[in-house]
Amino acid sequence: MTNLLYGLIAGILFGFLLQRAHVIRYDKQLGALLLKDMTIVKFMFTAILVGAVGIYLLSGLGLLVISGRPLILGGIILGGSLFGIGWSMLGYCPGTSWAALGEGRLDALIGIVGMFTGAALYAEVYPFFERTVLTWGNYGNITIPDALGINPWFIIVPIIILVSLVFRWFEKIGL
Amino acid sequence: MHSDMNKALNPYIAGALSGLLIILSVLISGNYFGSATAFVQLVGILEKTISPERMAQIKYFIIVEPVLSWQILFVFGILIGGFLAALMYRDFRWQLIPTLWKSNLGSSKLNRGLFAFIGGTIAMFGVRLAGGCPSGQMSSSILLSVSGFLAMTIFFIVGIVAARLVYNGGVK
Repeated sequence: MTNLLYGLIAGILFGFLLQRAHVIRYDKQLGALLLKDMTIVKFMFTAILVGAVGIYLLSGLGLLVISGRPLILGGIILGGSLFGIGWSMLGYCPGTSWAALGEGRLDALIGIVGMFTGAALYAEVYPFFERTVLTWGNYGNITIPDALGINPWFIIVPIIILVSLVFRWFEKIGL
Repeated sequence: MHSDMNKALNPYIAGALSGLLIILSVLISGNYFGSATAFVQLVGILEKTISPERMAQIKYFIIVEPVLSWQILFVFGILIGGFLAALMYRDFRWQLIPTLWKSNLGSSKLNRGLFAFIGGTIAMFGVRLAGGCPSGQMSSSILLSVSGFLAMTIFFIVGIVAARLVYNGGVK
């Protein structure tokens, strides 16, 4: 029950930030895909880098244990491509569509109905994918530091530098 | 005053605050952000209500148990948070056709509705197969998982190509 309450609070705060940064808007999402406006990229990668620093610091302090997420090439390549196509048509993501609905976007509501349909369809055909695509290139729960056999900070620091340089370039050319 | 209130929060600041929020969520309740599983669970709960016998035969609902979860409350929270921010900053507006769409692809409600519905269906099917939507892949990337960075890269590369097709090669 407490866990559910934490979910609600985290969602409210996240939804508030998403709305205030305007990253939930169709125009911003398609702006990124049409290479006109990188607002959502700035938002996402700043969140990832701050999150990675925090999570790896906490893990260094022994406060939590990190394990990677499953890497199944078949699922990620086919599923990721399908998402890219669907995303370009809808212009909202599964999470952000809820905040877009919250600020009155009716096409986001239609998208949410579509996403429920997609979830129901996937549940129906899952056994087929489980036997096929989801067995292709299964590398288990692998992280980049695991794969390279190096300390995670040798990954985090260079990514921060690289992403900062890309951000500086975005600002310079007005993206 | 009004236009000042509607000004967007700097994306770097909003992103950094979201990163801190994820860290706090993991520290306090052990939950990384993610949204797509909520859709499956809500569909499962609906099917369980309509026809429990049928639901029991669908294997996917054994793997993703259709119960009220952290993630369902999380997406409802996003809806409430977005609504509250829009109200507080007088940003709430009913809109079916986004500005960018209207100025390039016209004002047919049917076209926009069909693209939103079909796009949503394909997008959700895809993220289930890929093991997570952008917010889930953000969490996966925070963990420095190979899968998170790979999924993000594919989302953007295919999305960029597909958006060109939707917009017939570019924006007016």
